[in-house]
Amino acid sequence: MNYPSITHLLNDENKPYFEATKDQKLVIQYCSVCHTHQFYPRVLCMNCFSDAVQWVEASGKGKLYSYSVVKKTFIPEYKDKVPYIVALIDLEEGVRLMSHMVDIDEGDLFVGMEVSVVFREQIGEYKLPQFVPAK
Amino acid sequence: MKHLSRCAAIVGAAESDLGIVPNKNVFQLQAEAAKKALDECGLKKSDVEAVFSAGPHSYLQTVTIAEYMKITPKYTDSTSIGGSSFEAHIGHAVAGIAAGLFDTALITYGSTQRSDSSRPGSRIERDIFEAPYGMPFPLGGYALAAQRHMSMYGTTSEQLAEVAVAAREWAKLNPNAFKRDPLTIEEVLNSEIIASPLHKLDCCLVTDGGGAIVITSKEKAKQCKTEPIWILGTGETHTHMHISQMDDHTVTGAQTSGKRAYEMAGITPSEIDLVQVYDSFTITVLLQLEDLGFCKKGEGGRFVQNRNIRPGGDFPLNTSGGGLSYCHPGLFGIFLIIEAVRQLRGECGDRQVKNAKTALCNGMGGVLSSSSTVILGRD
Repeated sequence: MNYPSITHLLNDENKPYFEATKDQKLVIQYCSVCHTHQFYPRVLCMNCFSDAVQWVEASGKGKLYSYSVVKKTFIPEYKDKVPYIVALIDLEEGVRLMSHMVDIDEGDLFVGMEVSVVFREQIGEYKLPQFVPAK
Repeated sequence: MKHLSRCAAIVGAAESDLGIVPNKNVFQLQAEAAKKALDECGLKKSDVEAVFSAGPHSYLQTVTIAEYMKITPKYTDSTSIGGSSFEAHIGHAVAGIAAGLFDTALITYGSTQRSDSSRPGSRIERDIFEAPYGMPFPLGGYALAAQRHMSMYGTTSEQLAEVAVAAREWAKLNPNAFKRDPLTIEEVLNSEIIASPLHKLDCCLVTDGGGAIVITSKEKAKQCKTEPIWILGTGETHTHMHISQMDDHTVTGAQTSGKRAYEMAGITPSEIDLVQVYDSFTITVLLQLEDLGFCKKGEGGRFVQNRNIRPGGDFPLNTSGGGLSYCHPGLFGIFLIIEAVRQLRGECGDRQVKNAKTALCNGMGGVLSSSSTVILGRD
């Protein structure tokens, strides 16, 4: 499957996240002052407003917070991909991100299920983080 | 905040042509609605000192529509927070009037999204961390909230469908409604699923249309031809832009905006006679009914099944037919207010709710992102 390029949306702030996917790593920001993680990346810690934020590798493990099986879409580049499962994932580190659930039938999905990250699909020169049921 | 209550009134409220209006542009629609709203109360264009507008209809919203109508305001506010913008405008207008900055404000909105065959909002929020996953915007965001609500509280598709069917029952009594043919729970459930758990008929209409509201001070309201509909309470907030950044997908900003509006009005949910809440999707309604205190968190689905929200029932809700069946030109918030004003004035014919003295309107914008509440009352 081809995913539309994200090159035009890249900037210095978000690029480290996508660069890390080339090595199949999921990275998020960590604040060394208040010891919280955050996602998406920002120039400051959104909790304590310190500028001591740095990129760290996440465990890639988490829980399924919610999901929606997209059966019809008006987004032209995704019309050939339906059905696909858009998911919100709560990582162990305490941040939430949007992703896909893959390797699972719709009927087996449930909120709260343990999930882990995979890097299979290519999105331009990067890999697209997706999640599968935890083994 | 209580001193702001009842210091201003809505004296004019009007729609433009609604539905499919291919021969008119967004400025015509707004100006026509503005003229109707001013004419009904007897105020003139020259009385308008403050202008409010929102939406994707222009780059500088108030600047553009005020030029079109040749108004040079002394107060201008293009607060654009999605579907709840107009409820926020009302709060801002009350503050300006209370501060003595102006007497009369005009709020307008217009959209030709149906005839343009484009939903401006559907592609603008393409964020690098969400866009690669192809979530239909905004529908997918509401679907994620609906799934979470179902999983946490056992809410069912039948309960969501009741919201759509009740809206249609009201629309059947509204000659201005776009969809007036019969609709059953089964038809909603059998309509195709776009993004689970939401079906096509869980989604609002896509129409053209415009609206206008005229607000004026207590003193000027006494000189108007229309019965003043007092602004008792207002509140506003926003919580996130991206659906992945929402803290709890079963709790919206309506808890915050509603609390503030109730405090300003000095009343409680049980004293509200008539409710108009944003129905972009059926789930939106359940979340607001809970967050605005009409039932406990998680009980929205059972509430719409157990109380009767259809015409003749004990909980009159979205009496115009709402965004699901009356009209939905992109941002629906102004139409919540128009319907509430007409109901409180007793102008609603077959769908008139008897003896309604207070109404609550709640707008919601983005992907459950912004919420603004307005509580209205008549003498």
